[in-house]
Amino acid sequence: MSEHAGDNGNGFEPKIVAYVCNWCTYLGADLAGTNRLAYPPNVRIIRLPCTGRIDFNLIIKAFEMKADAVLVSGCHPGDCHYTAGNYHARRRWMLFRELLETMGIDMNRIHFTWISAAEGRKFQQIITEITEKTRQMGPYMDYRKVCEAS
Amino acid sequence: MIQDELRQLCRRLLEDGTVQVVIGYGQSSDDGPTYPVFVTDAADVDRLVWNDQCFANLTTYLKRKEVKALGKPAIIVKGCDERALAVLEKESQIDRTQMVVIGVACEGVGQPREPKCAACDVHMPRFSDHVLGQAANTPVEADRRYADLEAFMKRSPAERMAYWMNELSRCFKCYACRATCPMCYCERCIVDKNRPQAIDTSPTLKGNFAWHIARAFHLAGRCVGCDECTRVCPAGIDLRLLNMSLAKAAEDEFGYRAGVDREAEPIIGSYSLKDKESFIR
Repeated sequence: MSEHAGDNGNGFEPKIVAYVCNWCTYLGADLAGTNRLAYPPNVRIIRLPCTGRIDFNLIIKAFEMKADAVLVSGCHPGDCHYTAGNYHARRRWMLFRELLETMGIDMNRIHFTWISAAEGRKFQQIITEITEKTRQMGPYMDYRKVCEAS
Repeated sequence: MIQDELRQLCRRLLEDGTVQVVIGYGQSSDDGPTYPVFVTDAADVDRLVWNDQCFANLTTYLKRKEVKALGKPAIIVKGCDERALAVLEKESQIDRTQMVVIGVACEGVGQPREPKCAACDVHMPRFSDHVLGQAANTPVEADRRYADLEAFMKRSPAERMAYWMNELSRCFKCYACRATCPMCYCERCIVDKNRPQAIDTSPTLKGNFAWHIARAFHLAGRCVGCDECTRVCPAGIDLRLLNMSLAKAAEDEFGYRAGVDREAEPIIGSYSLKDKESFIR
């Protein structure tokens, strides 16, 4: 494990799922790579065509598969490759967050960001930050209990 | 009496061939439950009843193939049910020129009254073709509409999670909530699709969470709050709270209430450059 993924004594390594859009955040991650900006290997990047394509079921699916945090990221407003996908997504997440609040889902484990193709450093910072924060919070036991109950 | 007027009107509509079927409420005994009836013959209009036991939101039957096959319908709605028609019309699911809507003034249903009736501001139908009875529509402050949700949200997130884990553990996936919902009209529901399987179909807590989150969210900005899902739930799960949280968000953020303004643009499927994004970094 690299120094960024060093454990906190109890051996817990958070698993983070990042749903990213193909045109901005994925390229931002790519830029972080080509610039050799190291970020924690705890993140699993899943590329989708557009934030507008990121179905809310995918967020639930990530928790079902024992993710400890989820990141959803795409193009800044005005930058969408498909003109308005991120605007539709923004409105949807806004409402979806309210539903998750009511369900009692831990909102500290769901992150939304805009990261452009030029923001390799922002990608590095966000991933590092989320990994650190999640490591401190520990595994997401609530949803694991949901998944393990018969 | 409203019931007599209703029967008279429906007899006339069936006799002169304006409609081929009346979708209304029936009841087999005076204190028994009501159920939906589909009257196709003017001689049968006495099967129709109207009283405070008429809970069902009949607009859900408009989407059924077997009902469509009966011909042009007349449908009996309360003020709250009528809101569903407004949404369905906006979503191009119904053609109002191809049906007759009979609105009935309603003072509330159930003994004691259903929770939704406490904050009702549509006792009187507003855009039906015929309106029977008289009732006053008095505005209701928004916080009264969401009082139960606000009380629930005073609990901590962990308590809310524990509440839903307990409630949803009783769900056995009968999908009555889906069947009774006028807004659930997809030819094939996402939960029935298995390539890929987006939602676990097993009636375990895992599958139940996925299902109820999906069900509620597919109604975001569309649910009219008829509370039929909650009423028909055989496990007695208070699904109202989930629907309310989205309705409240829609009202708080966009000043939008589904089915209240017939002309208003739906909030899902549209966007504004000014949408809030304080939660996005």
